[in-house]
Amino acid sequence: MKRIALLGMPNTGKSTLFNRLSGASARVGNWPGVTVDLMSAKILLGGHIVELVDLPGIYDFHGFSEDEMVVRHFFEHNSVDLVFVILNATQIERQLALALEVRDLGLPAILLLNMEDEARRAGITIDTQSLSQRLQMPVVMMSAKYGDGCKLALEKAAEAIHNLPPITPEELHSRLASDDRIENEMESILKSSVRIPPQLPDQLTAQIDRIVLHPWLGIPLFFGVMYLLFQFIFTFAVPFQDGLEWLLGYLRGGLFEPLLSGTPSWLHGLLLDGIYDGVGTVAAFVPVIILFFLVMTMVEDSGYLSRAAFMMDAFMARLGLDGRGFVMLLMGFGCNVPALMGTRIMRSRALRLLTMLIIPFSLCSARLQVFIFMTTALFSPAQAPLVLFTLYMMSFATAFVTAVLFKGRLPSAEPFILELPPYRFPTLRQIWLRGWHEVGHFLRRASKFIIAGVVMVWALTHFPSDVPPASSQTLAGMISSALSPVLSPIGIDPQLAIALIFGFVAKEIVIGSLAVIYGLEGDALMGLMAQRLDWVQGMSFMLFTLIYTPCLSTIATLKSESKSAGFAALSVAWSLLMAWLVSFCFYQTARLLGF
Amino acid sequence: MTLYNLDPGQSAYICSIDADEGLYQRMLALGFRIGKRVEMIRRARFSGPVHVRIGTTDVMMRLTEAQRVHIRNIS
Repeated sequence: MKRIALLGMPNTGKSTLFNRLSGASARVGNWPGVTVDLMSAKILLGGHIVELVDLPGIYDFHGFSEDEMVVRHFFEHNSVDLVFVILNATQIERQLALALEVRDLGLPAILLLNMEDEARRAGITIDTQSLSQRLQMPVVMMSAKYGDGCKLALEKAAEAIHNLPPITPEELHSRLASDDRIENEMESILKSSVRIPPQLPDQLTAQIDRIVLHPWLGIPLFFGVMYLLFQFIFTFAVPFQDGLEWLLGYLRGGLFEPLLSGTPSWLHGLLLDGIYDGVGTVAAFVPVIILFFLVMTMVEDSGYLSRAAFMMDAFMARLGLDGRGFVMLLMGFGCNVPALMGTRIMRSRALRLLTMLIIPFSLCSARLQVFIFMTTALFSPAQAPLVLFTLYMMSFATAFVTAVLFKGRLPSAEPFILELPPYRFPTLRQIWLRGWHEVGHFLRRASKFIIAGVVMVWALTHFPSDVPPASSQTLAGMISSALSPVLSPIGIDPQLAIALIFGFVAKEIVIGSLAVIYGLEGDALMGLMAQRLDWVQGMSFMLFTLIYTPCLSTIATLKSESKSAGFAALSVAWSLLMAWLVSFCFYQTARLLGF
Repeated sequence: MTLYNLDPGQSAYICSIDADEGLYQRMLALGFRIGKRVEMIRRARFSGPVHVRIGTTDVMMRLTEAQRVHIRNIS
């Protein structure tokens, strides 16, 4: 099978093109270095199946970041029949260097000039014929976002893949050495083929920047916008969530209860009180998760995150980090795992480790489910969003405190220089793909961890079988009483200890296990929790859940990315300790003040 | 004079870049070349990074990096 590699600088729409060609749903983010894993897809090209590989975004072949190494190693070890060099047409004067490098390496290639629409708006005209002659490769103008030019690109590729002479990885290896001429040639080609107006009409981006990067208002505005976004998610997701809960309850009463009426009581209990209630309680959060990721996609793809990096860098520098660290924290709001992998763009190991140490404190969407559930149960609709916002602020605070405490051990002097891409609005297709992708991700997690988790919680709370479920004589009760010296000073109900233990595997299990422990679901579960817990206990539980280890996947990623089990262990131990200390201080202070 | 000394709204020509291999490559890739015009757009508070424009590309960098870019003909 022939192989095509997709190569380009960060923020050129490479992932968007990959998604469009493959029909799959890779993550697209307007942030240098989001696509760090190599993704591939089989596509149909001129009647043959070919393999399309998405390479990380790089600036050139001679840089020394991990991404650039990945790309070089890829070419040195894999034969490639064609390279799609994708450039941002609005920045062709500096990105053309990459196409010239590819040509000089002798790689068979097609040049795709993406963001044709933006280039046209900016008044840039490109003579593709002259460019194609000078570069000795086919050139196609296109828009990956809207799909213009995709068909033409594929036609040219089908032609080129058979006509252009391939190059062996060994040959390429020896050629990856010379490059000085490129610069001079680039200037001359640009002069003859490209006309760029001296001042780009980038007025809108400049105007938005004047507001969002305002010296005093920028940061308050940023937090204000975040607050509104979360308020939006909270307000709009709750009706959907209520609807789903109603549906799940209705199905249980109307369909599953009669269906399973003849089965032995233990099986009936396991299937309905265990798996159905447990997974159902978690599944009710699917609308929140979809809405959350739709909003995240808009923010990530808009280019606003780079602005956040600009505004927060002075502050992050005092924590031994840089603006990118803050952006990673924000990306961690979705899921900590890709945020951890995103740190690969950092070259200094110390800086990378310090950033990886703070990312697990980022309040991810799985934890968000727990908090929405608890705040809805324990607080009034007016208070709930404020409590949620406080938890987000705590998430930042714990991350920052951790950085301050560890920065002395992990000093770095990495230069910080980053592109501020123009603002963009993601298309509905991008948003839809991303939302769909997240639902798929959730269902995979659900089938792997959540079912296993709730079954184990059910077993622990129902054995031995001759005592009342979830009472102190069950296995769960015994584990809880063993842990009570640790958990009672922070006000955590012994019954909730089991939920916390399984939350270590994945946070979604926490609410699933609450449903199993209390033997209820939906509104009834919330009602019972409001009776059993006061708000101080609930808050202490949420603080602990926020700060202690996010999930097994995060730990595994910490270990593989740092290549150090000791580092992963440090991260786990530190977050457990801090979770306990914060909950202890909160709980004891609140009680002392008479709450 | 370096980029560090430029006020918002001012622009100048790059006359030399004093950086190690890795940083130099990265600056080249972002469009920083001898003889290119660079414009200061804004400076962040509390000695934060600067926002500059080179050609059609907006770039932010810390003051330590800005000090490595030597400039002339400020206008």
